Amino acid sequence: MPKISIQHVGKVFGEGSHRVEALKDVSLDIADNEFVTFVGASGCGKSTLLRIIGGLEYHTSGEVLANGQPVAGPGADRAMVFQHYSLYPWLKVMENIKFSRRLKHGREDITSAEVEAASGRADALLSLMGLNAAANAYPNQLSGGMQQRVAIARALMGRPEILLMDEPFGALDAQTREVMHDLILHVHKLEKPTLAFVTHDVEEAIYLADRVVLMAPRPGRIDTIYEVPLPAEREQDMKHTPEFLRLKKEILARIRETSGMKTDQGMLDQLNMEAAS
Amino acid sequence: MPSRPGMWAIRGPLSRNQYWLFAALGLLAPLALWWLVSSSALVDKVFLPGPVDVFNRLVTWYMDDDLTSDIGISVYRVTAGFALSAIIALPLGLMIGTFRPVQAMLEPLTDFIRYMPAVAFIPLVMLWVGIEESSKISIIFIGTFFQMVLMMAEDVRRVPLAQIEAAQTMGATRGESVRLVIFQSAKPALLDTLRVTMGWAWTYLVVAELVAANSGLGYSILKAQRFLQTDKIFVGILLIGLIGLVMDQLFRLAHRKAFPWLHLRS
Repeated sequence: MPKISIQHVGKVFGEGSHRVEALKDVSLDIADNEFVTFVGASGCGKSTLLRIIGGLEYHTSGEVLANGQPVAGPGADRAMVFQHYSLYPWLKVMENIKFSRRLKHGREDITSAEVEAASGRADALLSLMGLNAAANAYPNQLSGGMQQRVAIARALMGRPEILLMDEPFGALDAQTREVMHDLILHVHKLEKPTLAFVTHDVEEAIYLADRVVLMAPRPGRIDTIYEVPLPAEREQDMKHTPEFLRLKKEILARIRETSGMKTDQGMLDQLNMEAAS
Repeated sequence: MPSRPGMWAIRGPLSRNQYWLFAALGLLAPLALWWLVSSSALVDKVFLPGPVDVFNRLVTWYMDDDLTSDIGISVYRVTAGFALSAIIALPLGLMIGTFRPVQAMLEPLTDFIRYMPAVAFIPLVMLWVGIEESSKISIIFIGTFFQMVLMMAEDVRRVPLAQIEAAQTMGATRGESVRLVIFQSAKPALLDTLRVTMGWAWTYLVVAELVAANSGLGYSILKAQRFLQTDKIFVGILLIGLIGLVMDQLFRLAHRKAFPWLHLRS
């Protein structure tokens, strides 16, 4: 059984003349422990699709199954990491990571052994994310990269089987992003969540994923799915291998083709011709 | 050698000592000007009493006319009207900022009422509430409540969606999202709103004490007007300003104490 099953999903925003078809007939199965990245020109609906899986947005047709259950709203089995503004600035780093313990959901049927285990897990996540020195800092005392580490640790705290990431490293500088890539691959290997990851960075998409899903806009749909021809164990040097570069070039070209940029270029040519005549 | 930009550079630096120098200048210059104009023969004392007259009046008011109880009753009225506003506005603002149907139902109505002049409610308040203490408190309530609700609703709406959604994907219920995320996240802004509206509550004091009062700072100002005691009017106005300033600073202090994470970086 696939961990996430997206079946003929459609999403329409607005009504009448404001009607926009954000997603049209999207179908995709994501296997347990798979790492799938989504790329595509802006407006292709990749973030919308991720939010539908997370239950933060509702779909207007089709069905989404997570663990075989229809998605009807957000839940702790599908944790989400956002690009920014999701940490709680009034809580220290450790308190942010343990936030789910404040929720009724995180306290149900609890034994003292479980409380201890949870405390141990928070400590372990703190170490895993390299945040030991920052445990008692407030989020706004940390750099952007450190803040995202906290957000990831917090999302992992409840042992979600599915981890959804919406451009989590989009606001970070290139060097920090590379460090985060290896960190998230490590997390994936260790915690074994099923990972759906939206990005606009093609290199990032290839480096992290088992499969790269390329989406196209107007209406938002799946265009091509690429299997990444790299060994399961990734290393930064692989970014310079011919197969990596070939795939990157292919995906970039396809994004450009599907983005509608060509029609813009056509219009520009037409304008130039009109001006010349 | 590169030189440090001067204080007159655009958004240039200002040392602590320079800051205090200019702050003192800003306070003392008007005082000096006031003293100068009033001590010259240009204006009559009835129109502009000098700083010394005003100070003397302050002393006699305190010694002979029970200034302390005037201040006490005014502080009580403002605080009571303000507290009543806050207690009702807080849950309403939270609901308006969180649930769209509540917003649709209450926001246009509140927007409408807030443009009605609080002063014009005086006859109605006298008719409905009477001329007791509660009528003064009601006027201050009317003057602050509607603005306060709208500002608090806006504070709540400014809570980043990602903070709320993150909680939802950790399994938070609707109640938990409101209590543990939205309210906590909006708290600093809400306290700031209280600080600002506290200032407005003070501006309604004189209006409130138009209603059958026989004590209070606002009342004293109005009475002094009748007897052309310009120096007493000055004392009253300055005292209201001073009390407002102190309260403002107390709110700022509370903000720093309650929300240390907002004041970490200098």
